[in-house]
Amino acid sequence: MSESANGAGGFPSLALIPKADAKQSMKDFKSDQEVRWCPGCGDYAILAAVQGFLPELGLRKENVVWISGIGCSSRFPYYLNTYGMHSIHGRAPAIATGLATSREDLSVWVVTGDGDALSIGGNHLIHALRRNVNLKILLFNNRIYGLTKGQYSPTSETGKITKSTPMGSLDHPFNPLSVAIGAEASFVARSIDSDRKHLTSVLRAAAAHEGTALVEIYQNCNIFNDGAFEQLKDPAQRDDVTIRLEHGQPIRFGAEGQYGVIRGAHGALDVAEVAKVGEDAVLVHDAHADNPELAFALTRLGDLTSNTHTPIGVFRDIARPVYDRLMSAQMAEAATKQGPGDLASLIRGNDTWSID
Amino acid sequence: MTKQVKQLDRVVIRFAGDSGDGMQLTGDRFTSETATFGNDLSTLPNFPAEIRAPAGTLPGVSSFQLHFADHDILTPGDAPTVLVAMNPAALKANIRDLPRGAEIIVNTDEFSKRAMAKVGYPTSPLEDGSLDAYNVHAIPLTTLTVGALAEFEISKKDAERAKNMFALGLLSWLYHRPTEATVDFLRRKFAKLPVIAEANVAAFKAGWNFGETTDDFAVSYEVAPAKLPSGTYRNITGNLALSYGLVAAGQLADLPVYLGSYPITPASDILHELAKHKNFGVRTFQAEDEIAGIGAALGASFGGALGVTTTSGPGVALKSETIGLAVSLELPLLIVDVQRGGPSTGLPTKTEQSDLLQAMFGRNGEAPVPIVAPQTPSDCFAAAVEAARIALKYRTPVFLLSDGYLANGSEPWRLPETSELPDLRVAFATEPNQENADGTKEFWPYKRDPETLARPWAVPGTPGLEHRIGGIEKADGIGSISYDPANHDLMVRTRQAKVDGIAKDIDPLWVDDATGDAKVLVIGWGSTYGPIAAAVRRVRAAGGKVAQAHLRHLNPFPANTAEVLRSYDKVIVPEMNLGQLALLLRGRFLVDAMSYNQVRGLPFKSEELAHVIREVIESV
Repeated sequence: MSESANGAGGFPSLALIPKADAKQSMKDFKSDQEVRWCPGCGDYAILAAVQGFLPELGLRKENVVWISGIGCSSRFPYYLNTYGMHSIHGRAPAIATGLATSREDLSVWVVTGDGDALSIGGNHLIHALRRNVNLKILLFNNRIYGLTKGQYSPTSETGKITKSTPMGSLDHPFNPLSVAIGAEASFVARSIDSDRKHLTSVLRAAAAHEGTALVEIYQNCNIFNDGAFEQLKDPAQRDDVTIRLEHGQPIRFGAEGQYGVIRGAHGALDVAEVAKVGEDAVLVHDAHADNPELAFALTRLGDLTSNTHTPIGVFRDIARPVYDRLMSAQMAEAATKQGPGDLASLIRGNDTWSID
Repeated sequence: MTKQVKQLDRVVIRFAGDSGDGMQLTGDRFTSETATFGNDLSTLPNFPAEIRAPAGTLPGVSSFQLHFADHDILTPGDAPTVLVAMNPAALKANIRDLPRGAEIIVNTDEFSKRAMAKVGYPTSPLEDGSLDAYNVHAIPLTTLTVGALAEFEISKKDAERAKNMFALGLLSWLYHRPTEATVDFLRRKFAKLPVIAEANVAAFKAGWNFGETTDDFAVSYEVAPAKLPSGTYRNITGNLALSYGLVAAGQLADLPVYLGSYPITPASDILHELAKHKNFGVRTFQAEDEIAGIGAALGASFGGALGVTTTSGPGVALKSETIGLAVSLELPLLIVDVQRGGPSTGLPTKTEQSDLLQAMFGRNGEAPVPIVAPQTPSDCFAAAVEAARIALKYRTPVFLLSDGYLANGSEPWRLPETSELPDLRVAFATEPNQENADGTKEFWPYKRDPETLARPWAVPGTPGLEHRIGGIEKADGIGSISYDPANHDLMVRTRQAKVDGIAKDIDPLWVDDATGDAKVLVIGWGSTYGPIAAAVRRVRAAGGKVAQAHLRHLNPFPANTAEVLRSYDKVIVPEMNLGQLALLLRGRFLVDAMSYNQVRGLPFKSEELAHVIREVIESV
């Protein structure tokens, strides 16, 4: 086994996964299937970023598995030349948990959407996060149901006019990253479909994380919810609303870095002009803080649905025991204590009698 | 005083008390003593769903029935010949099941006016003559127990709680049971509380001694050991046998077992048991819900494990969509359904056979799933191995339909030699299986074995066989997404043909037609085997002619099923549902099968079935 060119495959999180013999390229991960998303869909950019990133890990591609649920995003596994399963609506984290906890030699990735992960599959998502199974979950959030043709989703803004809500939706939306942190997630990040460089950096951090990583990817549905993240993409305004989080760095943004994130009232965070409050008042991002308070407060910054003050990057990345490793440790402990299983002795038990 | 000893060929005892009185433990211990002694036996625990129902009430009564004999027996007995009633509620709840002349042992300490009024006894049944038809032994079990434990430094409450061991000691004396194992058991169970352990042992011995000295019991009884086929035996419940069957299947297939499960009565014991056997490479995963339980099992199967999920009827309803996915993915998966009374929450702790049609048809689309059903508690072992064999060989989800009676009931089990168990090993795909016109090779995940129609099982980690599968219809062979009409028609028919083809690979339906000229066939499935076989014996003992057949495989049916059914003028189908097997037999074979049904949460009584069979014989 050789290390990959840049050593990403050397992440401790990937230690048990066999490494590729030769350097890989994007082409190695493209399947022969025709991609069937709508022209202009944000999924294309995410797929390209993932296909471009996977060679960096240097893993044998037969040891990489992509599992998805149902929805536009969930067609993803068909387009990657790895092992894959396009399962049923909402259940991918559960299926992936069974695979990841029985095969430590696999790199298991889940692709899901806002409906798949947060509506029908909400239960599986939160439990995967709290267990900290070695899974990387990419949640494509376009704030709409695409494959069923345009109903509001659990991340749609209240009042949204859709086919199922002609007078506006009544639902209060989920903030996916707040949910994840509330569910004890050990790794929480956000990126944007159109920013390949940033998305790649977040994928790299997720791959390096030991345990469950949740990456929310803002993804444009140009058919049913076009422009949902326009403020974050428009060159004229994106720098004033996008807050790029970097561990250990002051949280500053704006074209000139003129804004900073400061402590507000009641544990909330505020945005201020650095010139007015002074550099010392600007918070330094700490993704590794065990206490989730700062990470959570960052998820609550600004108005989610109008994309004001939107942090992207790694919110939280802490070390916590990984479920599958713990399970393997128990298996090993049992084997040591009880010795190898002997079927005849098991079924015999302690209380038998003989008849001649 | 030398007491008279009488020989009996069989006895049915029912221990009954409050849910907190330890009746299940008492029954288990008496069963264990009886098994060690060498009688054949069959047990029927019956308890409420509530952990501690209100004390002294009818819904709170918990009971344990044990039938033991000097010959082979098939059921826990229609009616107890001895009832141990620890309180008025236990007496009231069980008296209607007793034949006249039965023995009743009551704990008089609990027969206060208030306790009797609580269950609607206006006057004491011990004094008002209402029990004159029975042989009543009125014994102050609590007082005697507390008295026997006067020297122990334990609370009065702890002393009173040992009354079940006093009763067990008395019954052990009455039926000449061996006692050493119970003494050992008590010392093990209360190893951390030696005073409590010794108090229980003392109560148990006091009960024995009471029997020997009291004038109340002039006679004790012996039931000689049964002459069963030679071999090594143990007593076993259905859930334990099923658990061992799953462990064995993993060993015989040389695959890790992965159980994804969510706790549900009466299946949880299987999860508890498998969790103890990690040294066999068995992984257990208690999931967040039923859906995740089967999802994780299916994920593990995709990775090359023997995926198993255990549940009961309501859980199967939740798992249906994933079972459909498994049908589409064509991966091995075991779905163990320990059936209970339904619909909805139904009767969680009571037995029923009403999930047959759910197992058969409870999915969207044409989604055939093989079904295997054990017929006795110990048979759960072999049935689990057989279900795993089909799942692995044919790459299909398989239902294993146990039920609450099998799960908790017990019987002696003649241990199989592990060398006699079937080899369940299957080969994973390792090489591309399709050669293209240009000489290149590729892997086609849906290119089937022409014999079994099973597709290759290519597990992640195998180089060159990377492939994507899913719930969308796939093109025959190559396995890509396909919406082609002719392809869908072919795939639906092929999946059905694969399951139908299993009929060639299972034992033919065996018919027990002792004289060879019976005109009436009685056919069942699952746990009704014992009561039906006992009923058939009764009918034959009186000269009646009846044939019996019992289905282990319900999908597909054995290849000779039609021939068997058409060989008889009348076909009776007793079921603990409203005629689910009968519907399948009528629909599949155009036979005028007669249903006989009960859904009382309890196994059939063999005398009732014998009566039905006699009536049909007379009508032919």
